[in-house]
Amino acid sequence: MKKNKRIYLDYAATTPLAPETLKEMLPYLKKDFGNSSSIHWFGQKAQEGLDKARERVSQFLNCSFSEVIFTGSATEANNLVIFGVVKDYQVKAHRKGKIKPHIITTKIEHHAVLEPCRELEKEGVEITYLPVDKEGLIKISDLEKAIKENTLLVSIMYANNEIGTIQPIAEIGKLIKKLNLRYKLRAPSYKIYFHTDAVQAVNYLDCDVKKLGVDLLTLSAHKIYGPKGVGALYIKSGTPITPLIYGGGHEGGLRSGTENVAGIVGLGAAIAQVSSFKFQVSRISKLRNKLIDGILKKISGTKLNGSREKRLANNVNISITGAEGESMVIALDQEGIAVSTGSACSSRSLEPSHVLLALGLSPKEAHGSLRLTLGRYTTEKEVDRVLEVLPKVVQMLRKISPFK
Amino acid sequence: MDIYSKEIMKHFRHPRNVGKMRDYDGIGKAGNLYCGDLMWLYIKVGKDKQGKEIIKQASFSTLGCAVAIANTSLLTTMIKRKTLKEAMKITKEDLIKKLGGVPLFKIHCSLLAVDALTEAIYNYLSKTKKSIPEKLREKHQRIEKQRKEIERRYKEGIKIDENLHKERK
Repeated sequence: MKKNKRIYLDYAATTPLAPETLKEMLPYLKKDFGNSSSIHWFGQKAQEGLDKARERVSQFLNCSFSEVIFTGSATEANNLVIFGVVKDYQVKAHRKGKIKPHIITTKIEHHAVLEPCRELEKEGVEITYLPVDKEGLIKISDLEKAIKENTLLVSIMYANNEIGTIQPIAEIGKLIKKLNLRYKLRAPSYKIYFHTDAVQAVNYLDCDVKKLGVDLLTLSAHKIYGPKGVGALYIKSGTPITPLIYGGGHEGGLRSGTENVAGIVGLGAAIAQVSSFKFQVSRISKLRNKLIDGILKKISGTKLNGSREKRLANNVNISITGAEGESMVIALDQEGIAVSTGSACSSRSLEPSHVLLALGLSPKEAHGSLRLTLGRYTTEKEVDRVLEVLPKVVQMLRKISPFK
Repeated sequence: MDIYSKEIMKHFRHPRNVGKMRDYDGIGKAGNLYCGDLMWLYIKVGKDKQGKEIIKQASFSTLGCAVAIANTSLLTTMIKRKTLKEAMKITKEDLIKKLGGVPLFKIHCSLLAVDALTEAIYNYLSKTKKSIPEKLREKHQRIEKQRKEIERRYKEGIKIDENLHKERK
């Protein structure tokens, strides 16, 4: 990689910090360094930054100011949801005699939801992992069937990070609302809470929590051209949840620890820009289509993973027979193109992507998968370059491969 | 900034001895598609001036990651003109050292190359009905056992844990 500029096609992993966002953050890394808990001028200046960010996030989500809390990551926010809601329930259920809570999630959730669920499973909490069809969509009827008397929480991601499949969150929200109304007549204290991990959705989809009908929603700053190390959680007022981190009572007592003011200001600035970049969505999806069609046409033995229609505007995920994913990523990197893969060889766990396996792909197909995610700064020239380089890379690796 | 050493990238970009061998004397298959790479290694056996059996040619084909490719590329260059006995002495540590180190989670890729060679020599010796050294037989059985275990675990949906790879010493 000498002459050409590096091409970044891994926006689902993280995004570059937008210059506008950095500009808003800088004062809080310099002169406005106060601790927002302090009552003096420095503290109040920091508090002002936090307030503005919270206001912007709540506007974006169409919720009230006090329904947004900031965390150190979206992973932390997801952990807070899963452990916090269950813990609160267990404490209350203990008083009334123990009832084992039940959580419904999907097989294709991010590890930040799956792993907390697996931890709770060890403690005896019941978990249902909903299957998905070959496009990565859950069936609403499967969800309805899975709901039981003790179902406490439903956690379903808005859009998948690997294959970009968009779940019908608003429809699920309606179903849960309907069921809650029905059960309320029988048991007034009974309620199912609905959480969605919207980390990948924020840039491209409507995140109005009222339209979605969710009680909890997770988002992240670094996926929307903001800084790393900041997440946010929408918690509908009245949702019973217990903190995981105790201390000075920050963030409404749900997440103690002095706020990362500059980071949170960055999240606020980043989310405020999302709507002004909405015009980019159709441009990005056109480039995505060009990339998908180009790869499928130029390289034999390729197939698109996930749904063609219900797909994030920026996601391409393709399986290529006879070439291993990690090798493709390294070879493309040598050409200055940054992408990712669901191959086991690229993961420390040595397991292929759980998402691709859940779609019904064979381990071989999962090993040969490539994810290219576009973004705000992706150009058509870059897409053309990928379409020129990738066939050569595949050809080179197929020469080595025992399978063609 | 590359994730792997210069030596690995050199072999990955220009792998040596690539491709299936038609008239091979021994073939070794290692790894499996369930948990990762698949490696096929071919050897052609001949005799040196003293009449000892040596590896005259070696080649490989793989559906594997960059490190697996680099390891096997390197190994095939190392074993050429070596006696079977000498070739069998090569360890994954030798490969890792020559490659300038590999990330911890990639150590099994070096083993994959060594395993494929072990299997190729075993295949040759058993095909030609020659005596198989006890150590080679043990290694072969260990490789077989682990392959079956990984397949069984996969089929049963058990997480293939790191321990399994640690056991493979």
